[in-house]
Amino acid sequence: MRLPRTALPALALLAGCATASPPPATSPAPSPRPILPPPPWQLRSSLAEGYEAKPPASPPVVIRGATLMLGTGKTILRGTIILEKGKIAVVAEGELPAPTGSMVIDGTGKFITPGLIDTHSHLGVYPMIDTTGTDDGNEMTEPTTPQAQTADAFWPQDPGLERAVAGGVTTIQVLPGSANLIGGRAITIKLRPASSAREMHVPGAPDGLKMACGENPKRVYGKGRKAAPMTRMGNLALQRATFLKAKKLKDQWARWNDEESHRIEADSKKRAAGEAKRDERARRDASCRASGEPDPCESWRRAWRDQPLEDGPTSQPISTPDRDPGAETLVAAMEGRVLVHVHCYRADDMMDMLALADEMGFRVRSFHHALDAYKIRDVLAARQIAVSTWADWWGFKMEAYDGIPENAALVHESGGRAVIHSDSAEGIQRLNQEAGKAMASGRKAGVTLTDEDALRWVTMNPAWALGIDHRVGSLEPGKDADVVLWSKSPFSVYALAEKVWIDGALTYDRGKPHWSDFEIGQDLLPSPAPATGGALFDTNVKVSPLLPGVAR
Amino acid sequence: MKRRRALGFVAAMALGLVSGDAAAQNKPPRRPAAAAGAGGGIAAAETAPLVYTGATIHTGTGEVITDGTVIVARGKIQQVGKGLAAPGGATVISARGLVITPGLVDALTSVGLVEVALEDATRDDQQGGSDLLRAGFRAADGYNPASTVIGVTRAEGLTSVGVVPRGGLIAGQSAWADLDGDTAAEALAAAPLALHVHLGAGDGGGHGTAILRVREAFDDARVFQKNRAGWERNQTRRFAPGRLDLEALAGALDGKVPVVFHVDRAADILSALALAREYKLRPVIAGGAEAWKVAREIAATRVPVIVFPLEQPSTFDSLGAREDNAARLFAAGVAVGISTGDTHNARKLRQVAGNAVRSGLPYDAAIAAMTRVPAEALGMGARYGTLAAGKVANLVVWSADPLEIGTRVVDVVIHGRKVSLRNRQTMLLEKYRAIAR
Repeated sequence: MRLPRTALPALALLAGCATASPPPATSPAPSPRPILPPPPWQLRSSLAEGYEAKPPASPPVVIRGATLMLGTGKTILRGTIILEKGKIAVVAEGELPAPTGSMVIDGTGKFITPGLIDTHSHLGVYPMIDTTGTDDGNEMTEPTTPQAQTADAFWPQDPGLERAVAGGVTTIQVLPGSANLIGGRAITIKLRPASSAREMHVPGAPDGLKMACGENPKRVYGKGRKAAPMTRMGNLALQRATFLKAKKLKDQWARWNDEESHRIEADSKKRAAGEAKRDERARRDASCRASGEPDPCESWRRAWRDQPLEDGPTSQPISTPDRDPGAETLVAAMEGRVLVHVHCYRADDMMDMLALADEMGFRVRSFHHALDAYKIRDVLAARQIAVSTWADWWGFKMEAYDGIPENAALVHESGGRAVIHSDSAEGIQRLNQEAGKAMASGRKAGVTLTDEDALRWVTMNPAWALGIDHRVGSLEPGKDADVVLWSKSPFSVYALAEKVWIDGALTYDRGKPHWSDFEIGQDLLPSPAPATGGALFDTNVKVSPLLPGVAR
Repeated sequence: MKRRRALGFVAAMALGLVSGDAAAQNKPPRRPAAAAGAGGGIAAAETAPLVYTGATIHTGTGEVITDGTVIVARGKIQQVGKGLAAPGGATVISARGLVITPGLVDALTSVGLVEVALEDATRDDQQGGSDLLRAGFRAADGYNPASTVIGVTRAEGLTSVGVVPRGGLIAGQSAWADLDGDTAAEALAAAPLALHVHLGAGDGGGHGTAILRVREAFDDARVFQKNRAGWERNQTRRFAPGRLDLEALAGALDGKVPVVFHVDRAADILSALALAREYKLRPVIAGGAEAWKVAREIAATRVPVIVFPLEQPSTFDSLGAREDNAARLFAAGVAVGISTGDTHNARKLRQVAGNAVRSGLPYDAAIAAMTRVPAEALGMGARYGTLAAGKVANLVVWSADPLEIGTRVVDVVIHGRKVSLRNRQTMLLEKYRAIAR
């Protein structure tokens, strides 16, 4: 596992956020100062935290005989994998005994991979069914909307979700669109039936912040509405201004923290002074009683009667700064609690965004689309920025004109973290094929690549980009039991995901009915006997005739 | 076709036109370099026969020849078979262990019409304006043989494409382009290729309105055709379409030009078939997301269907979209073609076909769906689509199973010439293969 140093702070935060303990970076320093509640953006790194539904309980699952592609860089040719209590319990070579009550599956000749992970999906907010009533992905009312969040718009009945699972995808980040310079918060979810995105949230997964470079914002606002931003200058200027404004909130909280601390300290000093005087009188009184002498005891007591000890009025708490969810999200991004994902195509756009990030003090976790990443792959690798891209999309706009199919492979070769993403309800159903294409293009260009390398482009690397590589992305004991059983190598065009487990629960089983409410009653079931002799989704392929000597 | 959102998705904008400047500046070497690769030079390449031996040959008819030989000369396929002797002076290339297919054809692209989809100045795929009847619009007039999309597309084994206009109810007339040639005249093997009609939601007022307007147009064309002289003297009623539109529609009424109905909903597919019967057209169904629902009815008419196997149920018209559409249609006896419906990613054609096979389409039917069927459906079957003596020598040599993802294109032959596989993208790769700062 190539976990860079830079990954550690974010992971530490993940661990910390569950207990809401303030992180070291902002904890109010020396011990005598009172400990105040943390600012709101430090309470939870995802606003969905605490709403997660428990995955359904499942019996242990044992799969034997399959090729296990672990996502760690290693492949076990004939192994056993055991899923238990929602986690991967065992990954081993050879044939292992099954725990009692297990579902036992013969995987001979088949392949097993970790569930695939997509860093860039709009499912649920731009559902597969494209209607005006369900278009909820771009809050195009102003160019910066950090207060928007996809968790609030997500439609769990999107029939694209289960089709993604049928393609072996188990975890996605649901992003706002790229009309806005700052689109809002993204949520990372597991693809299982649920009544809200929050129920599907991956526990501990930080939210993402979606930003956009280049053509989209200036086209929507400048060209479309004659409003800012009109140019790339306007893009960066507005992003800069929005972050600077958010910084003020951080300053306000720091000031509040100071003032409130001082107030509490002053109060306690006052109380301590009163206590000291009370103690002093009590001490003198006691000595008077012991001595039995009237003087000076009587005069003290007269003075005490005339000057009773009162604590005086205690001060009122200073109210905290006004809440501002948008600014809080940006501050969280600047503190690395919310991970920044930037839609950016051109090399210069990415370089300019990195300058802004340096200036504002945030880190870009992943550039998305990034068709020019290959031109600056050394910079991206040095900065440990994931590159989420397609295998071969290009040409749909000027900033996509220089896309080449070797992009991911070249990023990988330079030590960068390549990710194949979908940004598409169709593409997400074939992430395995897309990674396979990118691998084939790379090999053709002379890049040394193993199948395991390409597998990581859709498993471990996206897991890292989403800050969840400690719990998903590879087949390792203790990780979430998100597992795909493929009919053959996942990089074959003929491969089908036969079964998909999410948190140990069998979530997709080829041939079983859909779960989306939307397709109920739509007359979609074929009436004549299907050509291939199965029910919906059942495609028991007989490829005939396979080419002698050339079939893979 | 893809319906895309303005944003959010960077959906592959399907169509547009070409700024010749940008394309021309980076144009990869033309034929001399390509031919040099074959060891010939232009004249040699054009005259010396080209022979591939030892290959597994899929002819496009369903026939598979192992250890086969293809002999190409004068731009045509001379012979295909086992144990053929190479003619004297031929360039003989061993394709042992390799696979040869006819050149792939995507019948429904806008290659050569769209350079950068979101740049209006580079798009020639639409007549534009508010008139929904654009039968006279000719894709051929805007075809740019210098488009960078051409080199990128043929490097993945496509040798011909349908160049299709978009927009309106009757979008215009397509052309057949071979993906080579320095001028449109060289590249375009047929123009008009077909007339393109869109039925469905959103193409001018709804399903009923679309059919009404299309019927009115064909009605007018019929009268125009019968009484052209009267129309010239202003002695007919007013026609909804303009003169050039009427002439194009008349060509379809004569059965000279096939009519491609772009239609998804099962009910609209039946409407298209009914219109075709009513006006005695030569119809082709394009897209046909729900065609599997009416597969028997389509099979009975012998109308070919060119499907987009990756089409999604993205609208209420395409709710029934399924990856096994092609398989179901084929099983019902329908002639099935496969298209990406894309322009920049028309190069994905073989992957798309591979997915159809994954969903049950027989392998040879998938090869035919990218070669013979689209050629025959569009009236080009006599010259294109199979490896047979006398046909245009468009073929591809593959490292292995052409549908499989890891398979590479070894050679692309267009009109008997081995063409260069260099293109703007391979040149960018060369420039950035080593990164030095």
